[in-house]
Amino acid sequence: MQPDPIQTAKLAGTRLYHFHGGLRLRHNKQVSCELPIARAALPECVYVPLMQHSGQEAEPTVAAGQKVLKGEVIGRCDHAGGGWVHAPTSGTVNAIARHPISHPSGLDGVCVLVEPDGLDQWTALQPIADWRDAEPAELRELINGAGIVGLGGGVFPTGRKIEEASRRGIHTLILNGAECEPYISCDEMLMREQPASIILGAQILQRAIGADRTVIAIEDQMGAVYQALARAVAATDATAIDIVKVTTLYPEGGEKQLIQVLTGLETPSGGRPTDLGLLCQNVATATAVARAVVEGKALVERIVTVTGSGVRRPRNLAAAIGTPISDLVEQCGGYAEGAARLVLGGPMMGYSLASDANPVIKAANCILVLTENDIQPPQPEMPCIRCGECARVCPALLQPQQLHVTVRNGFWDDTIEAGLADCIECGCCDYVCPSHIPLVDWFRHGKSELRRVAAERAGAENARRRYEAREARLARLKQERRQRMQEKKQALGDQRAKQERIEAAVERARSRRRNET
Amino acid sequence: MTRRFDTGGAPHFPPQATIRQVMLQVVFALLPGIAAHAWYFGPGILLQIALAVTFALLFEAACLTLRRKPLQPFLGDFSAPVTAILFALCLPPLAPWWIALIGMFFAIVIAKHVFGGLGHNLFNPAMIGYVVVLIAFPQAMTAWLPPQSIAAYEPALSEVVAAIATGESPGGMGWDAVTGATPLDTLRNSVAAGQMISEARQSPIFGDFGGLGWEWIANWYALGGLWLLWRRVISWQVPVTMIGSVVLLGLAAWLIDPGSNPAPLQHVFSGALVLGAFFIATDPVSGCASPRGRLVFGAGVGIITLVIRRWGAYPDGVAFAVLLMNMAAPLIDRYTRPRIFGRSS
Amino acid sequence: MLTPVLLFTLLGGLFGLGLGWAARRFRVESDPVVDRIDAILPQTQCGQCNFPGCRPYAEAIAAGEAPINQCPPGGEAGIRALADLLGVEPLPLNPECGEEKPRRVAVIDESVCIGCTLCIQACPVDAILGAPKLMHTVIGAECTGCDLCLPPCPVDCIAMVPAAHAASGWAWPRPDLTRVPAGSR
Repeated sequence: MQPDPIQTAKLAGTRLYHFHGGLRLRHNKQVSCELPIARAALPECVYVPLMQHSGQEAEPTVAAGQKVLKGEVIGRCDHAGGGWVHAPTSGTVNAIARHPISHPSGLDGVCVLVEPDGLDQWTALQPIADWRDAEPAELRELINGAGIVGLGGGVFPTGRKIEEASRRGIHTLILNGAECEPYISCDEMLMREQPASIILGAQILQRAIGADRTVIAIEDQMGAVYQALARAVAATDATAIDIVKVTTLYPEGGEKQLIQVLTGLETPSGGRPTDLGLLCQNVATATAVARAVVEGKALVERIVTVTGSGVRRPRNLAAAIGTPISDLVEQCGGYAEGAARLVLGGPMMGYSLASDANPVIKAANCILVLTENDIQPPQPEMPCIRCGECARVCPALLQPQQLHVTVRNGFWDDTIEAGLADCIECGCCDYVCPSHIPLVDWFRHGKSELRRVAAERAGAENARRRYEAREARLARLKQERRQRMQEKKQALGDQRAKQERIEAAVERARSRRRNET
Repeated sequence: MTRRFDTGGAPHFPPQATIRQVMLQVVFALLPGIAAHAWYFGPGILLQIALAVTFALLFEAACLTLRRKPLQPFLGDFSAPVTAILFALCLPPLAPWWIALIGMFFAIVIAKHVFGGLGHNLFNPAMIGYVVVLIAFPQAMTAWLPPQSIAAYEPALSEVVAAIATGESPGGMGWDAVTGATPLDTLRNSVAAGQMISEARQSPIFGDFGGLGWEWIANWYALGGLWLLWRRVISWQVPVTMIGSVVLLGLAAWLIDPGSNPAPLQHVFSGALVLGAFFIATDPVSGCASPRGRLVFGAGVGIITLVIRRWGAYPDGVAFAVLLMNMAAPLIDRYTRPRIFGRSS
Repeated sequence: MLTPVLLFTLLGGLFGLGLGWAARRFRVESDPVVDRIDAILPQTQCGQCNFPGCRPYAEAIAAGEAPINQCPPGGEAGIRALADLLGVEPLPLNPECGEEKPRRVAVIDESVCIGCTLCIQACPVDAILGAPKLMHTVIGAECTGCDLCLPPCPVDCIAMVPAAHAASGWAWPRPDLTRVPAGSR
């Protein structure tokens, strides 16, 4: 008899499990943790993309020339998937124009350009008086309106996520502080310097979704973090918050892997952690929630790690959304000799950008500048020799060499069966491949192709139904017309018969009259 | 002032492994066994290896040019030399030069490039080459030298070169004077003649637990193979199940009828079993990809080898067993696909 | 001599019977091939294949009366899928039927439209909304880009524009088109 997964999930963090595969990577985090988090100076112009989240672009609610205050709504998204966009500082709206938006495609998007007036003045703040008395629904609405999205990189609108979660019933909130990708240290520094706000955020989220307890997961090599968090927990009246250290192995910070490590359970394929009664949030998201609820401040800035051997003085900066990357690098001492590649995100899952005019977006947890030595020229891609290393390291238990063949040849049904949707794009397979096959790029291409193929099939199906309906309608009209013709002819025939009868009667009457006379 | 950068794909790390590294490690692991081979049976094997590698590279270059593929990096990935070395290690030391030529033609051109080149061959190329020359030239392929310590005549290096170059027997002596039966040959002939295994094992051609000389060569191969295991170049499933199945079945057969079945250790340390277990059956391209599939694959090779040795027409069955299991590998893979994360089956 | 002949004949007969029985016993029910061909065709209903719609073309392919390379909207991918399904060699797209173009939708210039309903009658999927003497408009989401509304329009007010290209609709490209491979296939 299988134990009930929900009951098992309630024991999250009481003992630790393992996930399959994974890689032990060099951290390279120390160098960016030497200096404390600094507030980045505002640039001459901020470029706030209206597409901050997966989904549709927000509609701008301001016009060029308008004066805005910090935290004022400048973009709203009415449909369910969207998040709101706020002005990161006070100033004047210069224009609403197309500009690079730090998108992996390199395409431009619509941005609101704001010229700061230097006052950095907040708009009228409307925090909740006492969150402990507030209704969970009220908390959720405030979080939604503050434009908070998942700051671990997924940028899924937090309001919608916790709305869905509260409907399913959540018993444990997991705060993900297990920042596993090399170089990135923004969460670690946040936990060291602002642990109280994380704990506060945890309590608020716990109330907003109705969870019974919170588990904060951190890597086991983050010693100072554990102390800071433990002290912060002790300083509050929070009783149901546990801090758990998990083994440092990439990618244990991935949502599904973290849940497996904490509970031993596998999130069902195609399902979500909420199916197990769990909700995961990044620690930075928790801080943003605390700020929104207690201070009424929308999400207008985030901590960004600016690091890599291509930056002179790596450190973490609290940067306003929309700040050009070039500004941040300048504040870190500028580029070092031989800076060759600019990456948004970490070295495993990040994507490279073509120019440093790209702005900080809500998903920008790290700006990584690498030199020639770190990347080396692109190696020629050799055929797969089926060595099996990729399958050995895959945390999702997939067969990347199999997936690669099906995606490359467009065998979409086989691709779905082989589990492409379960790929978390962690890059472990890519890292170990001796043939240098760009597996993650293939899988990303495969996923978007699958979406496109599915959309095309749905569109074709729709077109076919409309066509058949139209044909049926035309056939019906033709039939009706024929019917009417029939009836008219019939009526005409009847009329003629009637006419003939009348004439015959008249003729008979006439002939009788003639005979009589 | 904006600065522009070149873009590249993730992960943004220097490359960790290359095919050339994998292949070079395999060659490195073979060196002790090759040295032992030369120690026991003379320098002939080294010449065979040199010939085979040369022919392999020539054929590979020719095929790549015909297929309009760049010579670099394919020629530099060392996969053809590895095929050549494994093929050469199965040859008698005095085999004429054209054996290596024909063998490499079938291995590189037919078994590898006709099927699509690196990563696409269905069958193990070295074994295809070996099997072709074995069946086509039985005389040349059975002219085995006895170990130098018990040989009646030890050809000098110049005579070895002459023999390989011309195909004539060395030193003007007939082939019968120079060559002898291998341990497996001896066992098979004795059993056929009605002798007991224990009697047959009195022959000086046998060593402590295997064939004289051959047992030590196998030991060195095993050491190299264990090093490859440690370096994670090969996985443990195939060697363990292949040798394990031979030991288990050999044990059962020996217990039932020790007169006509050799002891399990004798099986393990004769012929190409250890070489096959660590280097030939572990070829990733033609073998199974899933861990459970590799267990089945290794066991299959072991069982078929024993069957051929006991009842088949050839003294050693490793090559045929590997090729037969290569045929079954895709089907085995299909049925042993591992469960995906989050799915129940 | 007689014995082997008889034996082989008997064996052949037995195996033949066995195969016949197996063919019936293990038959896999599947959609009729016409439906499967129709599922591959893009349902643009444009008529460029010289058949009045996708279904008649599918029926012609199934009957062996038409080759598989007459559908420009389906493009090379469609031809390959048909070739795979039917077990035949893929052919290059027949240039007489048209060329493969990226997805386009029709847009009516409202300042020129005279409300004649000729385009409404021509659209095979009822993607144009309107009534006599009233403004006509194309429902972009339903338009398949078949171009059939262009010829009937007496004032030539319909234009074909590329379907929306936004960063939100962007797809990751194939790595072998963006990187230079060494000679992998």
